[in-house]
Amino acid sequence: MATKYELGHLKALEAESIHIMREVAATMERPALLFSGGKDSIIMVHLARKAFWPARLPFPLVHIDTGQNFPEVIAFRDWLAADIGARLIVGSVQDDIDAGRVFEDPKSNAGRNRLQTATLLRTIEEHKFTAMFGGARRDEEKARAKERVFSFRDEFGQWDPKNQRPELWSLYNGRHRPGEHIRAFPISNWTELDVWQYIADENIELPNIYYAHKRPVVHRDGMIMAVNEFVTPREGEEVVEELVRYRTVGDATCTAAVSSAAANALDVVTEVAATRITERGATRADDKTSEAAMEDRKREGYF
Amino acid sequence: MSEILRFATAGSVDDGKSTLIGRLLYDSKSIFEDQLEAVERTSRDRGEAVTNLALLTDGLRAEREQGITIDVAYRYFATPKRKFIIADTPGHIQYTRNMVTGASTADLALILVDARHGLVEQSRRHSFLASLLGVPHLVLCVNKMDLVDYDEAVFERIKGEFRDFAARLKIHDLSFVPISALHGDNIVHRSQNMPWYEGSSLLHLLEEVHIASDRNLVDVRFPVQYVIRPQDDSWHDYRGYAGQVASGVMKPGDDVMVLPSGFTSSIAAIETMDGPVEEAFPPMSVTVRLSDNIDVSRGDMLCRPNNKPDAVQDVEAIVCWMHEQPLDPNGFYRIKHTTRDARAKVSEVLYRLDVNSLHRDTDAPTLGLNDVGRIRLRTTVPLFIDRYERNRTTGSFVLIHEGTNATVAAGMIQ
Repeated sequence: MATKYELGHLKALEAESIHIMREVAATMERPALLFSGGKDSIIMVHLARKAFWPARLPFPLVHIDTGQNFPEVIAFRDWLAADIGARLIVGSVQDDIDAGRVFEDPKSNAGRNRLQTATLLRTIEEHKFTAMFGGARRDEEKARAKERVFSFRDEFGQWDPKNQRPELWSLYNGRHRPGEHIRAFPISNWTELDVWQYIADENIELPNIYYAHKRPVVHRDGMIMAVNEFVTPREGEEVVEELVRYRTVGDATCTAAVSSAAANALDVVTEVAATRITERGATRADDKTSEAAMEDRKREGYF
Repeated sequence: MSEILRFATAGSVDDGKSTLIGRLLYDSKSIFEDQLEAVERTSRDRGEAVTNLALLTDGLRAEREQGITIDVAYRYFATPKRKFIIADTPGHIQYTRNMVTGASTADLALILVDARHGLVEQSRRHSFLASLLGVPHLVLCVNKMDLVDYDEAVFERIKGEFRDFAARLKIHDLSFVPISALHGDNIVHRSQNMPWYEGSSLLHLLEEVHIASDRNLVDVRFPVQYVIRPQDDSWHDYRGYAGQVASGVMKPGDDVMVLPSGFTSSIAAIETMDGPVEEAFPPMSVTVRLSDNIDVSRGDMLCRPNNKPDAVQDVEAIVCWMHEQPLDPNGFYRIKHTTRDARAKVSEVLYRLDVNSLHRDTDAPTLGLNDVGRIRLRTTVPLFIDRYERNRTTGSFVLIHEGTNATVAAGMIQ
């Protein structure tokens, strides 16, 4: 009897995430799910399907497209939205550049990463979204470790880390005034390993660049960068073909690959369990800018 | 199958809490090299002699600048037996609200004391808050045993003193572990330095503490979150009630009553996208279909006809006040309770509790930030409640300021 009513940790995390998604759908007027094509947003879509089955998702997917994505990821995004019958809204960073609202810093390592904030806030305003689901996890980064599940944003989209609403039990406060909104993070309590175990358990499809494949790369600042239309070899850099996979999928300009022979989700679980470097630390040039790089971007309204 | 254990840690910087957490994360291989390198670099830049593991948990710029922990930080580690979620809460009295927040979802509270100083006001306060928040298990770690020559008598004295104090609280399961977080004594393995200690190491205790029976599997409480009605030809008449089981075990065929209407029906099926389930228990998120076509909406609750929560509009609760603006003794607030959302008027402030002495001040006119006290509320609609002690889901609520939308209080129904 003692062990009969126990729920494994992945099922318990799943139940919590579903609860959060249903709270948002029930209490917030115009929610949307931020979809990057990365594994975290893909499992969010999977969880959302579970939360509302047999109905369709009661909110659209929103992609903030830097125009510098891996083509595999864009193809996957379009396929997934069509497959589950979800509406897809694309906010284009290029539009904001063309309109002169934001400017590219040609010297920045982070590519168009930081520019996404303006496009994100514009898209939220245009569509009058009141809640945005994000796939951020608290294990990813120190500032994120302190963010609420329902995270309040003021009319400028700003996060005020020192003035967050206390969040107790599973009671989430989504109240806000017109123009303000809530970022909701249903997978806050998942770790990278949980995500991969869940992908393996549930047979969730991912863009193939998450698994080992051969591609031409250069080694830059201790990271492995794919050579493509956005990343060209600099002087003295040698282009080599290596067996790699991606641990995160951000902009093609700032996301690095890792050496790996992991061909499926179970291989990745084994690899992640043994790894000694965080996924953002290993692969994200955008987080290397400063100790508080993430906090500063989040304050401005970043994901 | 591995379960999740959520625990809250409390203590001040000097108790070695960050070192202990760093040790648990490091020994379970949950600290990564780049994180360690980053804090080593920062420690070096600041001219600190040893790597300051507190930098791992102090995530906000203001916290690093001031060298204090302001907010609850959530940390994660796993062993083959369990996944652990740590709510790391700051210790000072001005952060009572953060301790309360971290304890609200905790299965276990881990309280640190410095072996050289024994119990201090803070240890008593943290223990009281853990018991107030209904945390089922409490572990008192007597840290820095290396600085008292691993002396059994010191440990026994603190243990005895704490037992006397804890007798006044509602703590169901109490354990004591003598440790040195810095040297790793009794953290992962039993220490050679304390052969007199016959209990388990801290990690072993965290892995083995029995939490399955902490849940209430008796009283069926299913707050309806969301009504699923696919606007779709293949599911034309489908009507499912989605929610997370708060307590009890539900099975198809069971008779249920819907509150507030009082209509009865039976469970036709309990469904998920992965297929129907034979039983639903906490904390499962499921969708329930009923045999009869009756009106059910968000905020309603399914229960058993012979085991119902109380439906009340007058609620008496212990609240922790969480906002700079004090409680308005004649004010109105929004109240969030399970999936119900209503207005509440403060009817009476019964007393304010001194969280250090447990003295009740019945003359207190109001409650300010970090105060704990007992109040009475009148709500616009009935709430379906159980006492917090019996049910942490149907016994808890938060109050929200109607003007600023800030969460101002957490309540535990008495």
